[in-house]
Amino acid sequence: MKLQRTNIQKVKRFLGNNTVPILFLVICAFGIPLSGYSANYLVSEVVVRIARNSFLIVSLLIPILAGMGLNFGMTLGAMAGQIGLIFISDWGIVGIPGMLLAMIISTPISIALGIWCGKILNMAKGREMVTSYIIGFFMNGIYQLVVLYGMGAIIPIRSAALVLPRGYGIRNTVNLIGIRKSLDSLLMVRVLGVPIPLVTLVVIALLCIFILWFKKTKLGQDMRAVGQDMEVARAAGIKVEHTRIVSIVISTVFAGYGMIIYLQNIGTLNTYNSHMQIGMFSVAALLVGGATVSKANIRNVFLGVILFHLMFIVSPMAGKNLIGQAQLGEYFRVFVSYGVITISLVLYEVRKKHDRGIAGQILAAEQEAGA
Amino acid sequence: MNMQKVISAVQHAVKSFGLPRIIIGLFLLLLFIAAPFVGVNIGTSLSDTLNRFGMNAVMVLAMVPMIHSGCGLNFGLPLGIIAGLLGGTLSMQCNFTGPASFAMAILFATPFAVILGWGYGQLLNKVKGGEMMIATYVGFSSVAFMCIMWLLLPYSNPTMVWGYSGSGLRTTISTEGYYLHVLNNFLSIRLTDHLTIPTGMFIFFGILALAIWAFLHTKTGTAMTAVGSNPVFARASGINVDRVRTLSVVMSTWLGALGILVYQQSFGFIQLYMGPFYMALPAVSAILIGGASVNKATITNVIVGTFLFQGILTMTPSVMNSMIHTDMSEVIRIIVSNGMILYALTRKTEAVR
Repeated sequence: MKLQRTNIQKVKRFLGNNTVPILFLVICAFGIPLSGYSANYLVSEVVVRIARNSFLIVSLLIPILAGMGLNFGMTLGAMAGQIGLIFISDWGIVGIPGMLLAMIISTPISIALGIWCGKILNMAKGREMVTSYIIGFFMNGIYQLVVLYGMGAIIPIRSAALVLPRGYGIRNTVNLIGIRKSLDSLLMVRVLGVPIPLVTLVVIALLCIFILWFKKTKLGQDMRAVGQDMEVARAAGIKVEHTRIVSIVISTVFAGYGMIIYLQNIGTLNTYNSHMQIGMFSVAALLVGGATVSKANIRNVFLGVILFHLMFIVSPMAGKNLIGQAQLGEYFRVFVSYGVITISLVLYEVRKKHDRGIAGQILAAEQEAGA
Repeated sequence: MNMQKVISAVQHAVKSFGLPRIIIGLFLLLLFIAAPFVGVNIGTSLSDTLNRFGMNAVMVLAMVPMIHSGCGLNFGLPLGIIAGLLGGTLSMQCNFTGPASFAMAILFATPFAVILGWGYGQLLNKVKGGEMMIATYVGFSSVAFMCIMWLLLPYSNPTMVWGYSGSGLRTTISTEGYYLHVLNNFLSIRLTDHLTIPTGMFIFFGILALAIWAFLHTKTGTAMTAVGSNPVFARASGINVDRVRTLSVVMSTWLGALGILVYQQSFGFIQLYMGPFYMALPAVSAILIGGASVNKATITNVIVGTFLFQGILTMTPSVMNSMIHTDMSEVIRIIVSNGMILYALTRKTEAVR
């Protein structure tokens, strides 16, 4: 038996479910004409950003499936990827082999960090998000310890271009000239004047197919069960803790690969900053695409990248044309990124409560029908 | 047999005091012992520690009401800080000087803190169970929003706005001539050339701490503790849970506003724009180091925690620098403070919501 809903309620429900994407459509609709950018420029910028960021955002999907919320701990994977990149820059391995080697180096680090992160999150059930967020900060301390003090002193780094003048520690910016755009430019196709990095997009497509396939496997189904109700899953014989750790490990490893793809596009590594921003931007983009803390799919990823980065591209220029200060637009986009995450988190909590109320109503209606 | 008793007594002490706290306490003690041997002046270090204790204690105190009412750690402290920044800048805009400017800053900050805190409290009542994550992002987005506002608000005092455009506040504003050191210098005691006790700050903190302690023993205060430890029971005994929680959030926000003003009068600068962004984390970890948990905190936790945390922050750079000629203090600060928060988050807490 279902509760009867009027059309108005249905529209309300639709708006409620898609508040954030609709809000963003409105912002972009105002921002694009204000910025005065040409359609061609915007499309090519968006394509670049889809290729650059999608892999990272897809890495967030698996923990959501396992009911662990948004994995702010993806910064751990990003750090592992950066360590891989530092090593290949030191060894002077360039191009695709360099990228592959960086990925190979990052994998065991990501796995170890992922297992550690998963274990801690198992100790903090019910507040995984805030915990994973703090884990990111904590690990940043360890990362700085290793990269700023360990590298060059304990871990051998030979290249003088990488090491700080004092003799140990990696410089603030590392030039990744060896692998710069090596994946993007492998097969560049021009469609209507818009350059499209085909290979990168194929890699992302493969990852998406993997995610879709993974959801159908035994492990994927286990994760879904754990995500829905841990106690029921445990009763059904699923190793809850183990499954949760695996989901975080997968996410961390993919985040590491994603970071390498991201940085080969950018071309320079901000040794001590790149990884800190990436978690926030990826989470914000996913939420802009209409994902929630408990539900996200591939469609959300791409819608999110397009809308979020459209806003990102146009807002400084729009701010300049509107008020005369580009700085204003930059603060605006920072505000919007954080605001989006806030709104999504609040909506999710409110709706969770609301849905519980509806479940109660359905139960009451059933009991009435029974009596 | 006797030995066993001693061991079990030690175990009990360790358990009740918490292993991380003991490690941090011993580490700080070690730093103080090592200091004279590496040529660091104990008097200066102690004076710095006391000074920083005074600067930060009120912001740490701002954690207490929200923890008591079960709203968790106040990661949304930047909201209170913004109220304080508005109060401070308004007082300077109105050209109050000296101690009057500090009093007026508090007066101006209060309505903002109450309004912002009330809204923030209403929001947190809607998201029971997920407060901490949302608090973090409420803090972040309000800081980002105020970045826009600092540029646009019509401030005109020439010591505060950018010189060349005449509009938009500077990133750092000196409090000199306004409320610089009004509390620091109030009744301050110079023991030696290097050791000064900033009595005024301690008195200010003491009054607030006493007020909070007394409040927690009133009827409303007891109700707050009841809501924090068992909301269902509290509702059954006729307490309006949402109202008590909102009150606690307003109190935390107001204390945050006062906290940043105390901080500025000692530090000498008002930091706008992204300045307040990460200010919640040190305060959160300080109270946790002091022995608080996610749903339990006392004034003693505030005092012990602020002293330990600020002590380590002051001592590590100077001692480590003299010892191994590298400044690893920033890294140690990140690891200690976030490690402490992680430790607290992973403890099993009995509060069931």
